[in-house]
Amino acid sequence: MAVDKFPIEGSHIMMFARSIADDNQIYYDADYAKTTEAGAVIAPPTFAQSSAQFDPTYFLRPKIGEEWFGSGKEATSIKKKESSGGGGGGGLHAEQHFEYHRHVGPGDVLTAEVKPGKTWEKEGKRSGKLVFSETITEYRDQNGELAITARGVGVRTERPVDQ
Amino acid sequence: MALSASNLKAGDTYTECLVEDLSRTQIVMYAGASGDYNPVHTDEKFTKEIAGYPSVFAHGMLTMGMTGRMLTNYVGDGRLTKYGVRFTSQVWPGDSLNSTATVVDVADGIVNLNVETTNQDGAVVLSGYAAARVD
Repeated sequence: MAVDKFPIEGSHIMMFARSIADDNQIYYDADYAKTTEAGAVIAPPTFAQSSAQFDPTYFLRPKIGEEWFGSGKEATSIKKKESSGGGGGGGLHAEQHFEYHRHVGPGDVLTAEVKPGKTWEKEGKRSGKLVFSETITEYRDQNGELAITARGVGVRTERPVDQ
Repeated sequence: MALSASNLKAGDTYTECLVEDLSRTQIVMYAGASGDYNPVHTDEKFTKEIAGYPSVFAHGMLTMGMTGRMLTNYVGDGRLTKYGVRFTSQVWPGDSLNSTATVVDVADGIVNLNVETTNQDGAVVLSGYAAARVD
Protein backbone atom coordinates (compact mmCIF):
# COMPACT_ATOMS: atom_id res chain seq x y z
CA MET A 1 0.00 0.00 0.00
CA ALA A 2 1.67 3.17 -1.13
CA VAL A 3 0.56 6.02 1.11
CA ASP A 4 1.63 9.66 0.97
CA LYS A 5 0.33 10.50 4.43
CA PHE A 6 -0.57 8.05 7.21
CA PRO A 7 -1.30 10.19 10.27
CA ILE A 8 -1.29 8.02 13.38
CA GLU A 9 -4.17 8.94 15.66
CA GLY A 10 -5.13 7.85 19.15
CA SER A 11 -8.71 6.91 18.32
CA HIS A 12 -7.59 4.74 15.41
CA ILE A 13 -5.13 2.93 17.69
CA MET A 14 -7.90 2.41 20.27
CA MET A 15 -10.24 0.94 17.64
CA PHE A 16 -7.49 -1.25 16.23
CA ALA A 17 -6.56 -2.57 19.70
CA ARG A 18 -10.23 -3.38 20.36
CA SER A 19 -10.43 -5.24 17.06
CA ILE A 20 -7.61 -7.57 18.13
CA ALA A 21 -9.19 -7.89 21.61
CA ASP A 22 -6.22 -6.22 23.29
CA ASP A 23 -7.24 -4.18 26.34
CA ASN A 24 -3.69 -3.07 27.17
CA GLN A 25 -4.04 0.48 28.56
CA ILE A 26 -0.97 1.64 26.65
CA TYR A 27 -3.14 1.70 23.52
CA TYR A 28 -5.74 4.18 24.81
CA ASP A 29 -4.80 5.77 28.13
CA ALA A 30 -2.28 8.59 27.70
CA ASP A 31 -1.91 9.11 31.47
CA TYR A 32 -1.10 5.46 32.02
CA ALA A 33 1.20 5.40 28.99
CA LYS A 34 3.27 8.25 30.50
CA THR A 35 4.17 5.98 33.41
CA THR A 36 5.50 3.21 31.13
CA GLU A 37 8.89 2.69 29.52
CA ALA A 38 7.45 3.78 26.17
CA GLY A 39 6.39 7.07 27.79
CA ALA A 40 3.39 7.61 25.51
CA VAL A 41 0.64 5.76 23.71
CA ILE A 42 2.15 3.49 21.05
CA ALA A 43 0.58 1.46 18.27
CA PRO A 44 0.22 -2.35 18.50
CA PRO A 45 2.83 -4.31 16.51
CA THR A 46 0.63 -5.00 13.48
CA PHE A 47 -1.01 -1.55 13.31
CA ALA A 48 0.97 -0.46 10.23
CA GLN A 49 -1.27 -2.72 8.16
CA SER A 50 -4.11 -0.26 8.72
CA SER A 51 -2.30 2.23 6.49
CA ALA A 52 -4.76 0.73 3.97
CA GLN A 53 -7.22 3.30 5.33
CA PHE A 54 -5.05 6.05 3.89
CA ASP A 55 -4.37 4.46 0.50
CA PRO A 56 -6.77 6.30 -1.83
CA THR A 57 -6.86 3.42 -4.30
CA TYR A 58 -6.90 0.46 -1.90
CA PHE A 59 -8.79 -2.23 -3.81
CA LEU A 60 -10.31 -3.97 -0.77
CA ARG A 61 -12.40 -0.93 0.17
CA PRO A 62 -15.66 -0.02 -1.60
CA LYS A 63 -15.45 3.29 -3.45
CA ILE A 64 -18.33 5.69 -3.84
CA GLY A 65 -19.96 5.29 -7.25
CA GLU A 66 -17.96 2.20 -8.22
CA GLU A 67 -19.02 -1.45 -8.45
CA TRP A 68 -18.11 -3.51 -5.39
CA PHE A 69 -17.45 -7.23 -5.64
CA GLY A 70 -19.25 -8.07 -2.38
CA SER A 71 -22.95 -8.88 -2.20
CA GLY A 72 -25.92 -6.57 -2.50
CA LYS A 73 -29.08 -8.08 -3.85
CA GLU A 74 -26.93 -10.64 -5.65
CA ALA A 75 -23.88 -12.47 -4.30
CA THR A 76 -21.60 -10.07 -6.15
CA SER A 77 -22.37 -6.65 -7.54
CA ILE A 78 -19.79 -6.95 -10.30
CA LYS A 79 -21.78 -7.47 -13.47
CA LYS A 80 -19.31 -9.59 -15.42
CA LYS A 81 -17.29 -11.48 -12.91
CA GLU A 82 -13.95 -12.80 -14.05
CA SER A 83 -12.71 -15.86 -12.24
CA SER A 84 -10.06 -14.75 -9.84
CA GLY A 85 -9.24 -17.91 -7.95
CA GLY A 86 -9.76 -18.90 -4.36
CA GLY A 87 -9.37 -15.57 -2.65
CA GLY A 88 -12.66 -14.38 -4.05
CA GLY A 89 -11.00 -11.47 -5.82
CA GLY A 90 -8.56 -10.39 -3.19
CA GLY A 91 -6.24 -13.37 -3.03
CA LEU A 92 -5.07 -14.72 0.31
CA HIS A 93 -2.42 -13.51 2.70
CA ALA A 94 0.40 -16.06 2.98
CA GLU A 95 3.06 -14.29 5.06
CA GLN A 96 3.66 -11.03 6.87
CA HIS A 97 6.88 -9.77 8.43
CA PHE A 98 7.66 -6.59 10.35
CA GLU A 99 10.94 -5.07 11.40
CA TYR A 100 10.59 -2.29 13.98
CA HIS A 101 13.18 0.46 13.87
CA ARG A 102 11.13 2.38 16.40
CA HIS A 103 7.61 2.18 17.84
CA VAL A 104 5.22 4.77 16.43
CA GLY A 105 2.34 6.53 18.16
CA PRO A 106 -0.17 9.38 17.91
CA GLY A 107 1.38 12.45 16.32
CA ASP A 108 3.61 10.52 13.97
CA VAL A 109 2.86 10.99 10.30
CA LEU A 110 4.18 8.16 8.18
CA THR A 111 4.67 7.65 4.49
CA ALA A 112 4.65 4.19 2.96
CA GLU A 113 6.70 3.35 -0.08
CA VAL A 114 6.07 -0.01 -1.73
CA LYS A 115 8.80 -1.92 -3.52
CA PRO A 116 8.02 -5.06 -5.50
CA GLY A 117 9.67 -8.25 -4.29
CA LYS A 118 9.98 -11.74 -5.71
CA THR A 119 7.22 -13.80 -7.32
CA TRP A 120 7.16 -17.58 -7.41
CA GLU A 121 4.84 -20.50 -8.11
CA LYS A 122 4.11 -23.73 -6.34
CA GLU A 123 1.74 -26.64 -6.87
CA GLY A 124 -0.59 -26.91 -3.87
CA LYS A 125 -2.32 -30.15 -2.86
CA ARG A 126 -5.44 -28.37 -1.60
CA SER A 127 -5.85 -25.51 -4.04
CA GLY A 128 -4.08 -26.19 -7.36
CA LYS A 129 -1.40 -23.84 -8.69
CA LEU A 130 -0.32 -21.17 -6.22
CA VAL A 131 1.19 -17.88 -7.36
CA PHE A 132 3.02 -16.02 -4.62
CA SER A 133 4.05 -12.38 -4.81
CA GLU A 134 6.02 -10.36 -2.31
CA THR A 135 5.91 -6.64 -1.56
CA ILE A 136 8.16 -4.66 0.70
CA THR A 137 6.77 -1.54 2.35
CA GLU A 138 8.98 1.03 4.01
CA TYR A 139 7.23 3.23 6.55
CA ARG A 140 9.11 6.47 7.21
CA ASP A 141 8.22 9.07 9.81
CA GLN A 142 7.86 12.86 9.48
CA ASN A 143 11.65 13.22 9.73
CA GLY A 144 12.26 10.77 6.90
CA GLU A 145 13.57 8.16 9.32
CA LEU A 146 12.71 4.52 8.68
CA ALA A 147 10.23 3.41 11.37
CA ILE A 148 8.92 0.04 10.16
CA THR A 149 9.86 -2.26 7.31
CA ALA A 150 7.06 -4.62 6.30
CA ARG A 151 7.27 -7.57 3.93
CA GLY A 152 4.04 -9.18 2.82
CA VAL A 153 3.47 -12.24 0.67
CA GLY A 154 0.15 -12.69 -1.09
CA VAL A 155 -1.00 -15.84 -2.85
CA ARG A 156 -3.54 -16.44 -5.57
CA THR A 157 -4.89 -19.97 -5.74
CA GLU A 158 -6.25 -21.77 -8.78
CA ARG A 159 -9.36 -22.79 -6.80
CA PRO A 160 -10.66 -22.38 -3.26
CA VAL A 161 -8.55 -24.15 -0.66
CA ASP A 162 -10.03 -27.61 0.11
CA GLN A 163 -11.34 -27.84 3.67
CA MET B 1 7.15 -5.37 32.26
CA ALA B 2 10.16 -6.30 30.22
CA LEU B 3 11.94 -9.61 30.41
CA SER B 4 15.31 -10.04 32.05
CA ALA B 5 17.92 -11.93 30.03
CA SER B 6 19.27 -13.62 33.14
CA ASN B 7 15.89 -15.28 33.78
CA LEU B 8 15.49 -16.65 30.25
CA LYS B 9 16.75 -19.87 28.76
CA ALA B 10 16.20 -21.74 25.51
CA GLY B 11 13.05 -23.78 25.63
CA ASP B 12 11.14 -21.47 28.00
CA THR B 13 7.55 -21.04 26.86
CA TYR B 14 4.74 -18.55 27.36
CA THR B 15 1.16 -19.39 26.30
CA GLU B 16 -2.05 -17.39 26.10
CA CYS B 17 -5.55 -18.12 24.93
CA LEU B 18 -6.14 -15.58 22.12
CA VAL B 19 -9.85 -16.10 21.62
CA GLU B 20 -12.62 -18.54 22.42
CA ASP B 21 -15.46 -19.03 19.95
CA LEU B 22 -14.31 -16.32 17.53
CA SER B 23 -17.31 -14.19 16.56
CA ARG B 24 -18.15 -12.77 13.17
CA THR B 25 -18.48 -9.43 14.95
CA GLN B 26 -14.82 -9.54 16.01
CA ILE B 27 -13.92 -10.12 12.36
CA VAL B 28 -16.11 -7.15 11.36
CA MET B 29 -14.35 -5.00 13.97
CA TYR B 30 -11.00 -5.96 12.47
CA ALA B 31 -12.22 -5.14 8.96
CA GLY B 32 -13.36 -1.71 10.14
CA ALA B 33 -10.20 -0.85 12.03
CA SER B 34 -7.71 -2.19 9.50
CA GLY B 35 -9.56 -1.06 6.39
CA ASP B 36 -9.43 -4.53 4.80
CA TYR B 37 -13.03 -4.97 3.64
CA ASN B 38 -12.44 -8.08 1.53
CA PRO B 39 -15.95 -9.63 1.53
CA VAL B 40 -14.53 -13.10 2.25
CA HIS B 41 -14.20 -11.92 5.85
CA THR B 42 -17.62 -10.36 6.43
CA ASP B 43 -20.01 -11.25 3.61
CA GLU B 44 -21.37 -14.78 4.00
CA LYS B 45 -23.39 -14.68 0.77
CA PHE B 46 -20.43 -13.64 -1.37
CA THR B 47 -18.06 -16.04 0.36
CA LYS B 48 -20.29 -19.09 -0.12
CA GLU B 49 -21.68 -18.35 -3.57
CA ILE B 50 -18.77 -16.64 -5.32
CA ALA B 51 -15.55 -17.39 -3.43
CA GLY B 52 -16.52 -21.01 -2.76
CA TYR B 53 -15.79 -21.27 0.97
CA PRO B 54 -18.14 -22.74 3.59
CA SER B 55 -18.31 -19.45 5.53
CA VAL B 56 -16.54 -16.17 6.05
CA PHE B 57 -13.11 -16.53 7.65
CA ALA B 58 -10.82 -14.31 9.70
CA HIS B 59 -8.19 -12.02 8.21
CA GLY B 60 -4.76 -13.58 8.63
CA MET B 61 -3.81 -10.22 10.10
CA LEU B 62 -6.46 -10.60 12.83
CA THR B 63 -4.73 -13.79 13.95
CA MET B 64 -1.35 -12.07 13.65
CA GLY B 65 -2.68 -9.11 15.65
CA MET B 66 -4.04 -11.29 18.44
CA THR B 67 -0.82 -13.32 18.45
CA GLY B 68 1.05 -10.01 18.74
CA ARG B 69 -0.96 -9.33 21.91
CA MET B 70 0.42 -12.55 23.41
CA LEU B 71 3.93 -11.40 22.42
CA THR B 72 3.68 -7.90 23.90
CA ASN B 73 2.15 -9.32 27.09
CA TYR B 74 5.24 -11.56 27.31
CA VAL B 75 8.11 -9.29 26.21
CA GLY B 76 6.65 -5.91 27.23
CA ASP B 77 5.39 -2.89 25.30
CA GLY B 78 7.65 -1.33 22.70
CA ARG B 79 10.19 -4.14 22.99
CA LEU B 80 9.66 -6.05 19.74
CA THR B 81 12.32 -5.58 17.06
CA LYS B 82 11.04 -8.21 14.61
CA TYR B 83 7.84 -10.15 14.18
CA GLY B 84 7.00 -12.32 11.18
CA VAL B 85 4.57 -15.12 10.42
CA ARG B 86 3.24 -17.54 7.83
CA PHE B 87 -0.50 -18.17 7.74
CA THR B 88 -0.72 -21.95 7.52
CA SER B 89 -4.46 -22.57 7.87
CA GLN B 90 -7.60 -20.49 7.74
CA VAL B 91 -9.31 -19.35 10.95
CA TRP B 92 -13.11 -19.63 11.05
CA PRO B 93 -15.87 -18.13 13.18
CA GLY B 94 -16.26 -20.36 16.24
CA ASP B 95 -12.56 -21.21 16.41
CA SER B 96 -10.68 -21.00 19.70
CA LEU B 97 -7.01 -20.14 19.44
CA ASN B 98 -4.03 -20.61 21.72
CA SER B 99 -0.64 -19.09 21.06
CA THR B 100 2.79 -19.97 22.41
CA ALA B 101 6.15 -18.21 22.29
CA THR B 102 9.21 -20.42 22.81
CA VAL B 103 12.64 -19.00 23.57
CA VAL B 104 15.20 -20.00 20.92
CA ASP B 105 18.16 -18.08 22.32
CA VAL B 106 19.15 -14.96 24.24
CA ALA B 107 22.19 -12.96 23.19
CA ASP B 108 23.34 -9.35 23.14
CA GLY B 109 20.18 -8.08 24.81
CA ILE B 110 17.85 -9.73 22.31
CA VAL B 111 15.62 -12.75 22.83
CA ASN B 112 14.67 -14.76 19.75
CA LEU B 113 11.34 -16.54 19.92
CA ASN B 114 9.46 -19.11 17.91
CA VAL B 115 5.77 -18.31 17.70
CA GLU B 116 2.95 -20.72 17.02
CA THR B 117 -0.83 -20.34 17.15
CA THR B 118 -3.09 -23.38 17.06
CA ASN B 119 -6.84 -23.92 16.89
CA GLN B 120 -9.09 -26.10 19.05
CA ASP B 121 -8.18 -29.17 16.95
CA GLY B 122 -4.46 -28.61 17.43
CA ALA B 123 -3.97 -27.45 13.83
CA VAL B 124 -1.31 -24.78 13.42
CA VAL B 125 -2.93 -21.67 11.92
CA LEU B 126 0.09 -19.35 12.22
CA SER B 127 3.78 -20.02 12.68
CA GLY B 128 6.57 -17.53 12.88
CA TYR B 129 9.20 -15.78 14.91
CA ALA B 130 9.81 -12.67 16.94
CA ALA B 131 12.77 -10.86 18.43
CA ALA B 132 12.63 -8.47 21.38
CA ARG B 133 14.95 -6.36 23.50
CA VAL B 134 15.41 -7.71 27.01
CA ASP B 135 17.04 -6.16 30.07
